[in-house]
Amino acid sequence: MKYDILIVGAGVVGASIAYSLIPYNVSVLLLDKNNDVAMGATRANSAIIHAGYDPKPGTLMARLNVEGNRLCGKLCEDLSVPFTRCGSLVLSFSEEDRSTLSELYDRGIKNGVPDLKLLSKEELRKIEPGVSEEATGALYAPTAGIINPWELCLAQAEVFVKNGGTFLPGCEVQGISEIFSSEGKRSYLLNTTKGEISADTVILCCGTEADTVHGYISSPDFRITPTRGEYYLLDKSEGTKVSHVIFQCPSEKGKGVLVAPTVHGNLICGPTSEVLSHGSEDTATTAVKLSEIKEKASRSVGNISWRDNVRNFSGIRSNSTSDDFLIREIPGKKGIFEAAGIKSPGLASSPAIGPYMVELLKSSGVVLTEKTGGYDLTRKKIHFRDMTNEERAALVAKDPAYGRIVCRCEGVTEGEIRDAIQSPIPPLSLDAVKRRAGTGMGRCQGGFCGPRIVEMLLSERPDSSPLSILQDGEGSTLFVPRDAEEDCSYEEKETLSKEVES
Amino acid sequence: MRSYDIVVIGGGPAGLAAAKSAAESGCRSILLIERDTKLGGILNQCIHNGFGLSHFGEELTGPEYAFRAFEELKTINQGDHPPVEILLDTFVMEITSDKKIFAMNKKDGYFEISAKAIILAMGCREKARGALAIPGTRPAGVMTAGLAQHYVNIDGYMVGKKVVILGSGDIGLIMARRMVLEGAEVLACIEIAPQPGGLARNVTQCLEDYGIPLYLRRTVTAIHGKDRLSGITVSEVDEKYTPIPGTEMEIECDTLLLSCGLIPENELSRKAGLAIDPKTGGPFSSDVHETSVPGIFACGNVLHVHDLADNVTKESIEAGKAAAAYVAGASSTSQQAISSPKVFPGKVVKPVGEKEMNTDPSVRTMTCIICPRGCTLTVTTGENPTVTGNACPRGKAYGIAEVTHPMRTLTTTIRVRLEDGSLSRISVKSKGEIPKDEIRSLAEKIHHTIISAPVSVGDEVIPGVVATSAT
Repeated sequence: MKYDILIVGAGVVGASIAYSLIPYNVSVLLLDKNNDVAMGATRANSAIIHAGYDPKPGTLMARLNVEGNRLCGKLCEDLSVPFTRCGSLVLSFSEEDRSTLSELYDRGIKNGVPDLKLLSKEELRKIEPGVSEEATGALYAPTAGIINPWELCLAQAEVFVKNGGTFLPGCEVQGISEIFSSEGKRSYLLNTTKGEISADTVILCCGTEADTVHGYISSPDFRITPTRGEYYLLDKSEGTKVSHVIFQCPSEKGKGVLVAPTVHGNLICGPTSEVLSHGSEDTATTAVKLSEIKEKASRSVGNISWRDNVRNFSGIRSNSTSDDFLIREIPGKKGIFEAAGIKSPGLASSPAIGPYMVELLKSSGVVLTEKTGGYDLTRKKIHFRDMTNEERAALVAKDPAYGRIVCRCEGVTEGEIRDAIQSPIPPLSLDAVKRRAGTGMGRCQGGFCGPRIVEMLLSERPDSSPLSILQDGEGSTLFVPRDAEEDCSYEEKETLSKEVES
Repeated sequence: MRSYDIVVIGGGPAGLAAAKSAAESGCRSILLIERDTKLGGILNQCIHNGFGLSHFGEELTGPEYAFRAFEELKTINQGDHPPVEILLDTFVMEITSDKKIFAMNKKDGYFEISAKAIILAMGCREKARGALAIPGTRPAGVMTAGLAQHYVNIDGYMVGKKVVILGSGDIGLIMARRMVLEGAEVLACIEIAPQPGGLARNVTQCLEDYGIPLYLRRTVTAIHGKDRLSGITVSEVDEKYTPIPGTEMEIECDTLLLSCGLIPENELSRKAGLAIDPKTGGPFSSDVHETSVPGIFACGNVLHVHDLADNVTKESIEAGKAAAAYVAGASSTSQQAISSPKVFPGKVVKPVGEKEMNTDPSVRTMTCIICPRGCTLTVTTGENPTVTGNACPRGKAYGIAEVTHPMRTLTTTIRVRLEDGSLSRISVKSKGEIPKDEIRSLAEKIHHTIISAPVSVGDEVIPGVVATSAT
């Protein structure tokens, strides 16, 4: 297989780059070692589009965060991705916190964050009555927002595929070598679990494995320090406790945890921060960290009902030994680029990382000629539960498949699940359907809709067997084989046993 | 807009009984809405027996109980009495306090109905892993017992080979036995409380009969495995149910079934503004099950979780009658709707372990499994066994049989070849009781057999085996 450009890693960064390359005359392959896009940090994070007051002024992080935030509104509109600019509040609880807030405010102004405001206690309580009495004030950033992170990734990857790009799941890179043509032109050969793939240009977006994959071609000058963050995701009954993203002021006691509504209507609390050993992909949650979340979050918002928990999860942030994002051409390796150490605010920055990478490719001599048209950067998606009664009635009249609710908790219709199963990047597991259609996200966690989705997956794919149905990643089989069931009728069996007897 | 006197939401045991009772009480315009493609609700997957003793006077399986309840509903359709209208495969999206109902299905699209009275009968759902906040990884193989019950009994899929049950609620106990009969190994049932959560008879006939250990005062404190479950950590707990460090025990397994409680499903009720009792999770209700909104009634597991389907039926008959009276102009009782529902007697659970106190081999202590009461019997063995502790003659007969020739009823599923050639599955039971030690061999035989459609409830599909649901 030979492509002009190869993107390794289909998280939100790889997807943004693939999406940004659609308008150019190049063949692009997006690959991932997992069986779907968005399988790393992209699917397990705080789901926040940060305003951009946090990164140090002058860094690439500061620039891309503010730019990414700015781009997010239109991008999500184009792609039908849920995004709400609900604004964020960093709470202060002490005098010391107040001075930290001023520093953050100054930093935000330098970074170009619009409309920042320091709020008094009274102002704070007026716009966010849900916060604890203890909070003495806040830094208000109205441009911050909440998003569905995996849908942002999926939507870009889907549009990339719809416009002729290729996505290859289950393809793990195991080695990279340089090859030279007889004319002396350099290209790269990737040794993968799906065979050899070559390309003139390679872009590594490998998240927690950024240093490892970089090491296949040259010795990395940075190291990933995988940092696990655990979360509580609470029922919709708790989702209206606050209407802004509530941060705590970073202090010597630590970074604190956030409390925020989600675009699905839930309440999210977390993350903790725990450095794992190098290369670890252990996304387990722990009793100690979960109780830490409860304790810390309760400081911001007093009356969270923890028994209304829907799910605990954890994600691994690709922190690194570098203070800034590393988005560059790998020194001495012309044609290999990387986006490494994309830690928080990586999600918020991602809409700007794609365009930034395209500029970087151009300035490094990669030939990118613009298509004269014939491509579409938008995606339309039906979110049935967000429709008005009139819109619903019209839709069901047009296509009865939207007239049957399959996921009761989230109000997802059969039509939406069918759309997900037939989408440009077909889901290979129940969780992949969940990421596309939103099924099983709710309080029963798939208890009622699971069997129905299994049935739909099987009927849409006549060649698949129940034993191939996965919960999530490769190997996460839902069912096990029964003891051999002999397929013969009772009468036949009776005849057989009589024959044996005689 | 269509309008009815009474709209019943939910077609399980509660909705069926409420609709019938409302019709019998004189209401002539009733609509029953069911979200599934068939009536019966969760009873359809509860293929075990133990239902119906009080309402129907005989022991039935879940599908049989549902079948009978529907047959009963059809009896109102006599003379000039119009039938209860039934909408299947129809989902209620919203109800309002002025008793408008927004519903939809594939055939009629999205539509609005108005009602003079509404009876809520939506049932309950299981507590999922999140509600328990069990730490660890999130592999396949961890699911609620009821979901596993659907996969195994309705879809015919095997959910695992080495199973642990967390929680000793009735569904968990029933699924422990079910998994053994389907060929799995059930390693343990773990219960956080000092006594089992389910009926004593189920502890006996689902765990003890199959030698499955019940670990009390313990809970699962970690889940392991990346893709598929590989094992769990179990810890002892103190009086406050907090795990005690240093008591961890590892169990290697591929499946963890959760049976940790049920929650009334009141999302629709909340939207309609009904006051919800935080203790039961169901709406506050009056003596006749009218909620805080006049003309909206609730019955069955949506009101509070019941131990027995028979009690659901009893309560729903009351609710149906009251709704009919409300429509006929009786005064509303919603002002009194602040009392928690009355709980029917039924659960008598004795701590496991206490009953093996005596060491005399000629005396055996056991739980009677004949009815949900679960009397503790003391039976002397020998030529003329005597039974004490029984509350009825059937208990005596059970006690004597238990020490001479123990008998059980087998319930399982069988594959059916449909007319179009495809395979389906129906529930079956042994024709009467069979010797306890023949249970497994009969289950095995049924397991390897395919019968041909059509099948009706009550058909003897193979010698000694009767269908309890139909194709």
